[in-house]
Amino acid sequence: MSSETGKILTTDGIPLEESLKQAEKKNKIKAFLLVAPLLLFLIITYMIPIGDMFSRSIDDKMVTNMLPKTYKAMETWDGKELPPEEVFEAFYLDYKILVKNKTAGKLQTQLNYEKNGFKSVLKKLARKQKKFEEGNYKEQIMKVHKRWRNVEYWRAIKRRAPSYTYSKYLKGVDMYSNEDGKIVQVSEDRRIHRILWIRTVEVAFFVTLFCFLMAYPIAHLLATLPMKYSNLLMICVLLPFWTSLLVRTASWMILLQQQGIVNDFFVWTGLVADDNRPEMMYNKTGTYVAMTQILLPFMVLPLYSVMKTISPSLMRAGKSLGAAPAVAFFKVYFPLTIPGIGAGCLLVFILAIGYYITPALVGGASGTLISNQIAYHMKSTLDWSFASAMGLMLLTGVLVIYWIYNKLVGVDNIKLG
Amino acid sequence: MSKKADFVKFDKVDKSYDGKVLVVKDLNLDIEEGEFVTMLGPSGSGKTTCLMMLAGFETPTNGEIFLDNNPISNIPPHKRGIGMVFQNYALFPHMTVFENLAFPLKVRKMSQEDIEKKVDKALSMVSLGGFANRMPGQLSGGQQQRVAVARALVFDPAVVLMDEPLGALDKNLRESMQYEIKHIHENIGVTVVYVTHDQGEALTMSNRIAVFNDGKVQQLSSPDKLYEEPVNSFVAEFIGENNTFGGEVSEISNGTCKVKLEKGEIIANPISVKSVGEKTTVSIRPERALINPKDKMDNNQKGKIEEVIYHGDHTRVRLNLLGNSEFILKVPNSSQNLDIKLGNEINIGWNSHDARALDPK
Repeated sequence: MSSETGKILTTDGIPLEESLKQAEKKNKIKAFLLVAPLLLFLIITYMIPIGDMFSRSIDDKMVTNMLPKTYKAMETWDGKELPPEEVFEAFYLDYKILVKNKTAGKLQTQLNYEKNGFKSVLKKLARKQKKFEEGNYKEQIMKVHKRWRNVEYWRAIKRRAPSYTYSKYLKGVDMYSNEDGKIVQVSEDRRIHRILWIRTVEVAFFVTLFCFLMAYPIAHLLATLPMKYSNLLMICVLLPFWTSLLVRTASWMILLQQQGIVNDFFVWTGLVADDNRPEMMYNKTGTYVAMTQILLPFMVLPLYSVMKTISPSLMRAGKSLGAAPAVAFFKVYFPLTIPGIGAGCLLVFILAIGYYITPALVGGASGTLISNQIAYHMKSTLDWSFASAMGLMLLTGVLVIYWIYNKLVGVDNIKLG
Repeated sequence: MSKKADFVKFDKVDKSYDGKVLVVKDLNLDIEEGEFVTMLGPSGSGKTTCLMMLAGFETPTNGEIFLDNNPISNIPPHKRGIGMVFQNYALFPHMTVFENLAFPLKVRKMSQEDIEKKVDKALSMVSLGGFANRMPGQLSGGQQQRVAVARALVFDPAVVLMDEPLGALDKNLRESMQYEIKHIHENIGVTVVYVTHDQGEALTMSNRIAVFNDGKVQQLSSPDKLYEEPVNSFVAEFIGENNTFGGEVSEISNGTCKVKLEKGEIIANPISVKSVGEKTTVSIRPERALINPKDKMDNNQKGKIEEVIYHGDHTRVRLNLLGNSEFILKVPNSSQNLDIKLGNEINIGWNSHDARALDPK
């Protein structure tokens, strides 16, 4: 024993800690190599895209890089009145190169985001600038279109000077920074995103609620039935899982449309008149029905796995101690299923908040969600930076919900299986 | 106050789960108030089913169960007022020990003050005074078990049922818990119906034992009677160790009978044989057969020692006797130096009273 040094040595005289490290080193390397592919996969498919999304959403270098001379000349311009000749000259020179390289289209689109009607002005300038003579560009440009005399358009260009911008995030919540640099709301008739955000949260909340109400008895039955019946029921729960999402959504379209089976049934039973068939699709109802059905297994499975571990003797104990069945259920059984409820609700809510295909197909105008808006900007307007910004806002929202949930229930209490 | 002899009464109870097989057949059983009765039997013998019917979790297919002269088949479990200790304790894992014990009192709407008093009392009864605020998961198996017992008793039930409560404990703990439960029963005088498949447990704790097999009570009597005077060969076989000879009755007279074996003949006590020519199984406890008996005994045979196993306080000797090569003797190690060596022939003697001629196997 080397009690004087306070260090414990092995029989070979190596310090014990070092020896332990040596012995475990090999296992540690092995373990790391085993997870390395997954780590790499996550970095490539998850971390990098999110990083790229973020940089895209705040990146505003495009305009800055296209008009380098203009922005240099604009540095001294206070933006109160029309810019001086140097700015006009610099802009003419920058724009000439863009037209020559056939990249002027991008600038036109970008500046049009900033100020409506900019596109046509720039297009006209592209045609006319070939005949420009040297000198006095201010006069020549202003001659091309009267809007060049409007200082607002020049301010719009100047606003795009910084390389980074948070304007996309403001746009995501229907706000923008106006000519004076103040953050204000867009006019009331153009506030579409905020409605979508609220609707998305609302749909996700109610879908989660409906899923919970339907899944709880199913999961309870699954956990308590004898094996041969519960297996069959389990297959019934999982069957939709194995069917393509598109097929399931399409079958809901067949069921719910105005001339569909459900409506036919209502008319047949006399619940509704034939000429007054309710619209159950292309609105929120359709979104609720289809999404609840599609997300139901995600609620059933965590609940089931938790309920399976609850010994039936606990309910019996409750009853034998004098609690009526309902009391025993709410005092004994229900509290024990909370980890499963937490896991199921979190899972369904997070899936629902970013749901895309189903609302796109059955949602109609009043049933589309924020994800549909993101897809619209990805595919139709090609405003990827705005789509990225909204995607990140959604991701942040989900993380915030997770954080709140963790504070309220505790993530340790979640059981997925 | 006189004790009721049929405080709990099973009256011609049948139970079948599938409509084809009877798990419990024509069960008649009276349990006295304040008694500790154990239902003992191999698994599948119907003992747990009986307990579940008494608790109210199963309904009898036929017949009726009475508690204090009231039929209880139609009373739901939570109104029967019967305490129960489950096999896996069934403590509520999300409640503290205090909350677990307070549960039956809370559902009975007792005042907070009474609840605290009763819980304290129950906890000190199982010597777990300082554990009120622990969660069940933080307790050892034995402690959980004691909490379960305390919880089943805290609301002063008339009857407490225990379904193999010590099954999950290790041997030493099981033994000390046996005494503890026995003492609690003696102190508070509650009627206990206990289910186990461990005969040692049953013999230690019970006033009376009901041996179950094949859905029927084979014998209901006190532990000593059960061991010394089994009424059939199943009970003789199931309780304790047992040497058997299969044979045929050749003569009956004056409380003894002669049984003819394949090799030789023995004199036995006719328990369930009535006439000459009946087949029978003769059962002798190992400690009733002596080596070189000093007193005169009416059975004297010679046997060859085939195996000697040292057991500390005693030695087990296996011999070949009258064609039975599984004949076991227990010889106390303090006794005089007997000639116990492998291969030796020795004299074995026993009284015909201790050789019980029972039903054939």
